[in-house]
Amino acid sequence: MSRDRFERGLFAVLRPVVIAFLFLITGFPFLYMVMLSVRDIQELILAPGSLWPRAFTFDTYVNVLTRQGFLDFLRNSAIISVASVAVTLLISIPGAYAVARLRFFGRRQVHFLFLAVYLFPAIVLAIPLFVLFTMIGLRGSLIGLILVYIAQTVPVTVYMLRNYFETVPQSVEEAAAIDGCTRLSTIWRVVLPLSKPALMATGLYAFMIAWNEFLFALLFLVERRESWTVSLGLSQLAGSIEIPTTVLMAGSVVLTLPIVIVFFASERLLTEGLTAGAEKG
Amino acid sequence: MTVTRAEPQAPPPRQRRRRGGTLREQEGRAGLTLISPTLIITLVVVVLPLLWAIMLAFQDARLINIRRVGVFGNYTLENFSYVMSEPGFWSSLVNTLVYTVAGTALSIAIGLVTALALRDRFPGRTVIRASILIPYVAPVVAVAFLWETMLNPQYGIVNTWLAEPIAFLTQARGEFLGVQVPVALLTVIAFEAWRYFPFAFLFILARLQALPAELDEAAVVDGATPTQRFRYVIMPQLWRIIALLSVLRFVFTFTKFDDVYLLTGGGAGTEVVSVRVYNFLTSRDDIGAAAAQAIVLALFLVVFLAIYLRFFAGGEREQR
Repeated sequence: MSRDRFERGLFAVLRPVVIAFLFLITGFPFLYMVMLSVRDIQELILAPGSLWPRAFTFDTYVNVLTRQGFLDFLRNSAIISVASVAVTLLISIPGAYAVARLRFFGRRQVHFLFLAVYLFPAIVLAIPLFVLFTMIGLRGSLIGLILVYIAQTVPVTVYMLRNYFETVPQSVEEAAAIDGCTRLSTIWRVVLPLSKPALMATGLYAFMIAWNEFLFALLFLVERRESWTVSLGLSQLAGSIEIPTTVLMAGSVVLTLPIVIVFFASERLLTEGLTAGAEKG
Repeated sequence: MTVTRAEPQAPPPRQRRRRGGTLREQEGRAGLTLISPTLIITLVVVVLPLLWAIMLAFQDARLINIRRVGVFGNYTLENFSYVMSEPGFWSSLVNTLVYTVAGTALSIAIGLVTALALRDRFPGRTVIRASILIPYVAPVVAVAFLWETMLNPQYGIVNTWLAEPIAFLTQARGEFLGVQVPVALLTVIAFEAWRYFPFAFLFILARLQALPAELDEAAVVDGATPTQRFRYVIMPQLWRIIALLSVLRFVFTFTKFDDVYLLTGGGAGTEVVSVRVYNFLTSRDDIGAAAAQAIVLALFLVVFLAIYLRFFAGGEREQR
């Protein structure tokens, strides 16, 4: 019994220590990021160890957004992400419905394709696409990049949506069919409204991929500054000596904030169960 | 569909077939129509480029002469013999393996500890959980820049805590307690573990919360201590998810480009194969050699996966 008491005591002490440590290593860097973005570069050089800035300044944000062109980068990233999300959903909703509900030739093999694309190394794909886009002059255009993002996300989003569509009771759909719905209007009026949490999760996934992606943006857009995404812009400007680190930190905050907001806003939505009681009503 | 339902008597089969086939045939066609956009875009942007990458690996292709290198161009093994004879390739492959195995193991281990620590409710758990997920959802460029700044030898905050500054990201070798250690490689591995332990944490926590409480309670009644319960009750139920996580993280990390490229640019003894492929593709403009290295990397990945599945998946089945 003494060993049990010892271990319980030990873990009662260790657990808060571990939790505090985890909070420190994950929360602190981002706190530091924000704190660094609101001070002058001189202050960082003089007192690199200080956490709280002596004088707050938002000139860093003004500088990064206008002089460094982050407003344009934000616009590019927004166009790419929103277009990727819209087209990904447009393609994967019918695809997922087909895999979930309809028996067609090759339905079983489709899963294998999804898994293969999900695990497929991007670096192998980067080579032929780089060559192809150079040849047909799509390098520097956002459309080529959007195409690549869609292809990379669609298999995963089809899989995510399929899992959810399968939980929609078939009897609800049959009821809609008896009431005169065609297959497409059944999807539109019955399946999609019931699948809002899954659609949110899928859209979020596609958004995050498109917003955070770096390799293809680097390969396709690096030579045209006016088409840079925020990620690419930050990575390219991070090497230069002229731009102060605190200004670039403001750029990092600008890059990170949309993702964090989108993630935590939709995480709550995901937990709502919308199918509960659909059959009874 | 509505036509056949509306008719009171079952129509003869021949008549039905003329109206667009049986229900089952209609269903099959509808399914193929609905899935075809997915298939077309994966075919055009993933499958065909993959085949082309394999072709390029066997051709002497450069961006300048790419239009002359046709489908039936001269196929050669030169690229493979060239890249494999370079010592830089093998050292980058070793780096990739060390980086992948250590990064995978560390991120899963930390994820497991995190999941165990956050398993039971406590005040503030939601905030801690949110904080833990941020490294995983934040853009890689932002977090890599953040690490670079924090580890900077001149003004990085980490170096102000140390007795003498360490160039974490630009120093290939350093001495720690009298032992030679690859500083930059270890830093990159730490970054990998830090960024991806939330991924392991999410998976393991979901599994932990789905475990039946009865087993744990029965073990408590039988007088099992916390470590015994972890070893004999909880761990055996987690092996499957940990095995799956190992495969996923291994595959993703083995071909990862962003993290190492952004942190060190492949310098200071951290060059992994994917960064090498990128350099061959852009600075050296040697498409054929880049493709050959990428293919070799993918082949090694397949071999390692096969070995893993053969030994570990089999072992797991025996354990259950």
